[in-house]
Amino acid sequence: MSQYDWPSASKRRLVGKDINRVDGLAKASGKAIYTYDVRLPGMLYAKVVRCPHAHAKVKSIDTTTAEKMPGFKTSYVIQKPGTEIFWAGDDIVAVAAVDEHSAEMAARAVDVEYTILPFLVLDANPLPPIPLTAYRKPMDPQVVGDVTAGFSESDVVIEGDYGLPVITHCCLESHGSVVTWTQEALQVHISTQAVSGIGGQLSQALEFPQNKIQVLTKYVGGGYGAKLAADRWGLAAAQLSKQAGGAPVKLMLDRHAEQQVGGCRPSAYAHVKIGAKNDGTLLAWQSESWSTGGLGGGSEPPLPYLFQIPNQRRQHTQIVNNIGSARSMRGPHHPQACLLTMGALDDLAAKLNMDPLKLLLKNVNLLAARAAVYQQEFTVADRLMGWSQRWKPRGTMSTGVVRQGLGVSMHSWPGKAHNFQCNLTINPDGSVSVKAGTQDIGTGTRTVIAIVAAETLGLDPEDINVMIGDSTYPTSAGSGGSGTVGGSGTAVRRAAVDALEQLFDKVAPALGTTADQLTVGQKTVLAKGGKASLTWKQACSKLGTLPLTVSGKNPGPGTLADSGVCGVQMADVSVDTGTGVVRINKIVAVQDCGLIIDHKTTMSQVYGCLVMGIGYALYEEKVMDQNLGQMLNPNMEFYRLCGIGDIGELVVHLMSGTGYDERGIIGCGEPAVISPGAAISNAVANAIGVRVPQLPLTPDKILAALSGVNS
Amino acid sequence: MSTRRKSISVLGPGKVPVRVLINGKTYTANLEPCITLLDAMREFWGLTGAKRVCDRATCGACTILVDGKREYACSLLAIDVQQEGITTIESLDTNGEPDPVQQAFIDNDALQCGFCTAGFVMACKGFLAEMPSPTPEEILKGMSGNLCRCGTYAGIQRAVAQAAAAIAQSPKHARGKAQRSRRKS
Repeated sequence: MSQYDWPSASKRRLVGKDINRVDGLAKASGKAIYTYDVRLPGMLYAKVVRCPHAHAKVKSIDTTTAEKMPGFKTSYVIQKPGTEIFWAGDDIVAVAAVDEHSAEMAARAVDVEYTILPFLVLDANPLPPIPLTAYRKPMDPQVVGDVTAGFSESDVVIEGDYGLPVITHCCLESHGSVVTWTQEALQVHISTQAVSGIGGQLSQALEFPQNKIQVLTKYVGGGYGAKLAADRWGLAAAQLSKQAGGAPVKLMLDRHAEQQVGGCRPSAYAHVKIGAKNDGTLLAWQSESWSTGGLGGGSEPPLPYLFQIPNQRRQHTQIVNNIGSARSMRGPHHPQACLLTMGALDDLAAKLNMDPLKLLLKNVNLLAARAAVYQQEFTVADRLMGWSQRWKPRGTMSTGVVRQGLGVSMHSWPGKAHNFQCNLTINPDGSVSVKAGTQDIGTGTRTVIAIVAAETLGLDPEDINVMIGDSTYPTSAGSGGSGTVGGSGTAVRRAAVDALEQLFDKVAPALGTTADQLTVGQKTVLAKGGKASLTWKQACSKLGTLPLTVSGKNPGPGTLADSGVCGVQMADVSVDTGTGVVRINKIVAVQDCGLIIDHKTTMSQVYGCLVMGIGYALYEEKVMDQNLGQMLNPNMEFYRLCGIGDIGELVVHLMSGTGYDERGIIGCGEPAVISPGAAISNAVANAIGVRVPQLPLTPDKILAALSGVNS
Repeated sequence: MSTRRKSISVLGPGKVPVRVLINGKTYTANLEPCITLLDAMREFWGLTGAKRVCDRATCGACTILVDGKREYACSLLAIDVQQEGITTIESLDTNGEPDPVQQAFIDNDALQCGFCTAGFVMACKGFLAEMPSPTPEEILKGMSGNLCRCGTYAGIQRAVAQAAAAIAQSPKHARGKAQRSRRKS
């Protein structure tokens, strides 16, 4: 029986160390070719005519003027006359021309007429007088225990409103593809986080055999959950290519479209009521929540977050509105549930005149899982932030115009390894490659594959040629749910262990022993206990003329991965009560993630989550024009991302070693993005003495909350 | 900018011949006068290291150096930079040997998806040329013209500091001796 399990800590040369990502220079030198950079001979450029109305019916489409424009090649109607359109920015017609400028001019010459229909783009307060029946999808109330009894037994009851708006993914590389569709084949360079999954979508929609489709994504400029589909514009690019006789067609969304339709995290709002004993014991939860997320309505966040409060009544309403379809975004539903719950618990602590950290710790017995880990993490976070020494009740941390405050939050995430297949090849010259139909969306997938293969084979990461981003390679799941590190790590481990055993069979005679007596050292194959050894190259030459290719997959044998991680975060902020500006002083993030493969890139994932979290806590919002139904800030000037000067001091601590490593790999790309909104919101409340109900915590909201206090 | 425009009369409509000196090499094309330097580089001259992201001088993913100063290539017209010398990311690593700034970005994992990286590296080159020994506060201010969505700022802060130290120590040495790509903790 092969021994797949991870080597023990003392035997790991690479796993868990700080290792530079293997494609670092490709990216830092501009040589990494993204979809946006692909240029093919005879390539045409496509632009999409988009509906300017939030709700309309296409009345007519006239392309005759466009067809006479210089450089025009072909056009494709995506949504025909008579089609009902449900959001501004939706695709109507695609136009291809010899260069981008000509395509833009031709697209502008397309004449589309619409019948305008009533719409709803309200988000925060979808209340009467708007006729809501058409837009409301109330879900059945969920009841646990006896909520009336729970509240009557409570010593203290608080009620509050909490919410966070729709934000957009804002991938720096916009969605898009370069498609070549001839009678024989369909080749698609596409910015996606699902290389193996796109082919099936294209095949079905275009009615073209999947065995003639190749999807290529060598590098992708951000996804965060927004790039899992072929998308309607991807299909349009294919149609344009076919109509143009198989010429390659490049269709990348411009920034305006990317912000409007390329990303959308559902909002969530709730009126929350919590009942507790004077000692902080949680007894009852009641929430009326709603969320928007376009035509499908926003889905229900898991409330109350983490704490299984004994008596609950929850009622969620999905609001169907005309803002574009929701897309999954980093830790879907969790940041929303976290803010709605942790904000309310923080207000409860204030009412109880209790340190919120103590309130959370008081109720660890109500946590769905992993209470002991949370306790350990809080201990570490307390030390790194100096919480216990520094924390003071609301509004009393400091005096003066600029007020300082501390906030705390906690979260969990599954991070389960996804399905993954790979082929590992050892060549007679000693070179090694791994092929998999996966993608590296910036998380470090290439590096994880290289580290695991190199660790197992006694090589260096640079010795492994990692070949990914091609759907003709072994099938792997899309990158979602933080599953790629576990899927790739475990599958490559299994392939490498099996490959090594087969190599040993060929090498054993040369070392005068049997395969089970062989092991690898640093670039050597050696007999256990003896002195006989071969260099890695010498050993591989025993393969003869043919390379050795072994496949590996996940799921598979051995205890190599697990799921379920948790983390705690503390924020230290300063609020200028004169201007309403919030500044981050420091954020502490303590996170567990099982066995770490590359400590350096794992840290980067947590740092990245914190930065994205500061962004949605303080700056980001998809602002809709209530009269026109269009997005008001479809750019990067007024859709404000976090900048380098906005992050304060970020302190990341990964829980690892005994008690953590044995669990195997667990994904860590998402969990740390869940808590920053709540931790920062709670810190602001602590600083200024009053809750600012909704994110982002912009100066207008801070000042409004303060004026409420003063009046 | 005003000095550039003085020498150019009204152009267009229609394509005009354009010559731009980039990384010491002359590139030519017949371009519509409205074509930006960024689009000319990316679509006509095969220089795709600078990225088009916001296309409106906000994110810095297209950062290049014009006569050594940082500029957003998305917001310069190709016809307007025919008298200047342009430096792009493509000029940095010679024979696969990383520039100290590139090495610092790699060592500090100051990149994730990598789409903003070329712009940040060029911004860092230009910044350190202006301010060779920046304080941490000066780094935050000096590098604030670029945005990253993956959130690599903590690594970038360290990378800029490392690059400044490496260049100060010995520009030649720092260039000639790349650090090992793997470091054990």
